[in-house]
Amino acid sequence: MEQDIRLMKGNEAMAEAAIQAGIDAYFGYPITPQSEVPEYLSREMPSRGGVFLQAESEVASINMVYGAAGAGARVMTSSSSPGYSLMQEGVSYIACAQLPCLLVNVNRGGPGLGTIQPSQGDYFQATKGGGHGDYRLIVLAPSSVQEMADFVFLGFELAEKYRTPVLMLSDGAIGQMMEKVVFNHKPLPKTEKPWATTGKKEGKHRSIITSLFIQPEVMEKVNIELNKKYAEISKNEVRLEEIHTEDAEYIIVAYGLSARISHKTVELARAKGIKAGLVRPITLYPYPYDRIGELANKAKKMMTMELNAGQMVEDVRLAVNGKIPVGHYGRLGGIIPSPEEVLENFEKFIKE
Amino acid sequence: MTEEIIIAGFGGQGVLSMGQTLGYASMVEGKSVTWMPSYGPEMRGGTANCITILSDEEISSPIISVFDTGIILNQPSMDKFGPKVKKGGLIVYESTTILHASDRKDIEIYAIPAAEAANQMKNTKIANMILLGAYLERKPVVGIDSIIEALKKVLPERYHHLLELNRNALLKGQELIRSVSKN
Repeated sequence: MEQDIRLMKGNEAMAEAAIQAGIDAYFGYPITPQSEVPEYLSREMPSRGGVFLQAESEVASINMVYGAAGAGARVMTSSSSPGYSLMQEGVSYIACAQLPCLLVNVNRGGPGLGTIQPSQGDYFQATKGGGHGDYRLIVLAPSSVQEMADFVFLGFELAEKYRTPVLMLSDGAIGQMMEKVVFNHKPLPKTEKPWATTGKKEGKHRSIITSLFIQPEVMEKVNIELNKKYAEISKNEVRLEEIHTEDAEYIIVAYGLSARISHKTVELARAKGIKAGLVRPITLYPYPYDRIGELANKAKKMMTMELNAGQMVEDVRLAVNGKIPVGHYGRLGGIIPSPEEVLENFEKFIKE
Repeated sequence: MTEEIIIAGFGGQGVLSMGQTLGYASMVEGKSVTWMPSYGPEMRGGTANCITILSDEEISSPIISVFDTGIILNQPSMDKFGPKVKKGGLIVYESTTILHASDRKDIEIYAIPAAEAANQMKNTKIANMILLGAYLERKPVVGIDSIIEALKKVLPERYHHLLELNRNALLKGQELIRSVSKN
């Protein structure tokens, strides 16, 4: 059989994967640098099935996602930083109501309206809350166009397995760049959703979707249930990639676009005789604390490379727990450093 | 083989589509490709560029600061990217509009009057394909047939009558670079 190989933008690959993964509905509002997603879906979904709806705002989009997910639909939305911020109230409600859905943030520079250039400034928002209350999202960080497609499938699989929203945290560069992408994913069968509000028929129990639990005792039970689920997710779903870590003395930790840049930095460092390695967290929640802690037993220093002022570095410090020095290098405002620039600063950090 | 290319010019000169076509053709030949466009405010009225990387191996960083080849279509891009071509590298530029080429002696520089040639072919939009043909004559990273194959896939069917024109433009570029001397 001839393989389905295409040259696509990350945003387009994600949209195509969403259709192939069998989404029933997409609700969204255009914003650079992710507008190719609604563009693609608005063109394709009318003939290939499913509801495409451009809402009046991001607040409306996320609440439509909430409603559709509650009714058992396989549903997603996508946006970029300022737009994703607008959705946070709804994300918190969905997490509390324990509904599966896929959210995508194609990160651009901020704070505020910021810039349309790539950034990783939304790491804290993605992994430490975003909305109010005690909840977590599974956070996937693609670093290639292929993964933009793959993680749509993985995202829905995990969302439906754990009945939780999954966030794909990408960035403007991964969204806008083109690479080869192979579509050979196993179909995602529809899962049973006995909790969905599909109408109470004779002999069927009442399904109630809510995030309001006014009695503290009831609320606490919900909190405990949520946290059991998060513990289970932490145990089962940590994903990471390691490059040249076997004998690495100096390790860069980076995700998404930064991991691609740092991969080349590591190759350049190796060519200069520096025993460098790369750890790429694929899940930002659950975070690979254990493995990074283990690597800190052998390595001499670790540095994160992030397109922000130093956010994930806090998680690396937690993982390393004081065993070795941990540093950070990053550029801000939508500036992307070259592998050479990262190497220069990595070497400076090594010599410190 | 890894070839790291910057293609830069004004918006509307077909800079981004050159990179895409090259990328698609490489993919047809089984290579890895990354194509990274500028999409910032400079796109709106100023310069456009794309970094295109072709390789037999997996490509790590899609963002790079120095290049094997520059295909340059306007003066600001020549000034910006001329110094960023690796020693021993190549610049192919549109010499109808660019008056001051880089004066570097450690790289090969070819002046291709692509806009003028396109005018003679009665389609000014084909200048980018003339430059691409010139580049591929000097560095045959992909075959002309693969480029045509790529265009067949990239262009909607209603434009397929233009495939022949594109082939002629590529051949024109190949012919031009053979007749001009470097630097």
